[in-house]
Amino acid sequence: MSATNVEILNIFIPFIILLLIIGFYYILATRNLVRILLGVEIITKAALLSIIVVGYVTNNIPLAQSLAVIMIIIEVFVVAVAAGIIIQIYKRTGSIDARNIRNLRG
Amino acid sequence: MNLILALLIILIIAALMVVFSSRLLLAAISLAVTSIMVTLLMFKLNSPIAAVFELSICAGLITVIFITTISFVKPVEQEDLVETRKKRIKKYVALPVILVIVGVVTKFVIKPMTLSLPAVIQETNVANVLWNLRQVDLLGQAIILLVGVFGIVVLFKEGQK
Repeated sequence: MSATNVEILNIFIPFIILLLIIGFYYILATRNLVRILLGVEIITKAALLSIIVVGYVTNNIPLAQSLAVIMIIIEVFVVAVAAGIIIQIYKRTGSIDARNIRNLRG
Repeated sequence: MNLILALLIILIIAALMVVFSSRLLLAAISLAVTSIMVTLLMFKLNSPIAAVFELSICAGLITVIFITTISFVKPVEQEDLVETRKKRIKKYVALPVILVIVGVVTKFVIKPMTLSLPAVIQETNVANVLWNLRQVDLLGQAIILLVGVFGIVVLFKEGQK
């Protein structure tokens, strides 16, 4: 690793950690299902950014890019299915509060 | 280097806007801004293909999905909004404090990394990596696409009465 690459890694790491903390705090503090999904998205952004930064630092950009592309596509489907589930929960319970879906039957 | 730092700061501000905005629509748009910042950082880190995917899918398609979902659920009344805003401030007041503490710790207490990694086998073409080296990942991706499609079809199917 060249000196510049190490510098870039040291700049990115604190911000990636901050982004992860924002996402985790958001998921833990909120009870709104849409907001929980937004928190998951923030955590995904941190993971995506860390993949690209490590790829750049280790001079292995093509591998990092291919992993990022796969991750983005999977992310879309996670969001689409989760959004569908949230809409169904809203239709059944009339709210998007996570406390309303605690009573499982079956 | 300064541009990267500025983009990272805007990224954190946009992420905080997602958390602190009391309207869901504003939160979704702030998430799109976060995606745009990640895209610009990817361009700066010589990753144009991933950046284009991030911009078109995360900033475009996912924002559309979020806005559609928000339009399905009931909007908050104006009176409730003021009360919700007060509750939100109380709920998230600890977040900036935690962020400042963690930021100071990571910046000043933890020593900067000086590790050296071994050189990896170079493959310069992204398409070769994706189609030749990561075939198992693509198989998993195809399975997830199928599961996602079936999941959406099942979720939106009208129940039989």
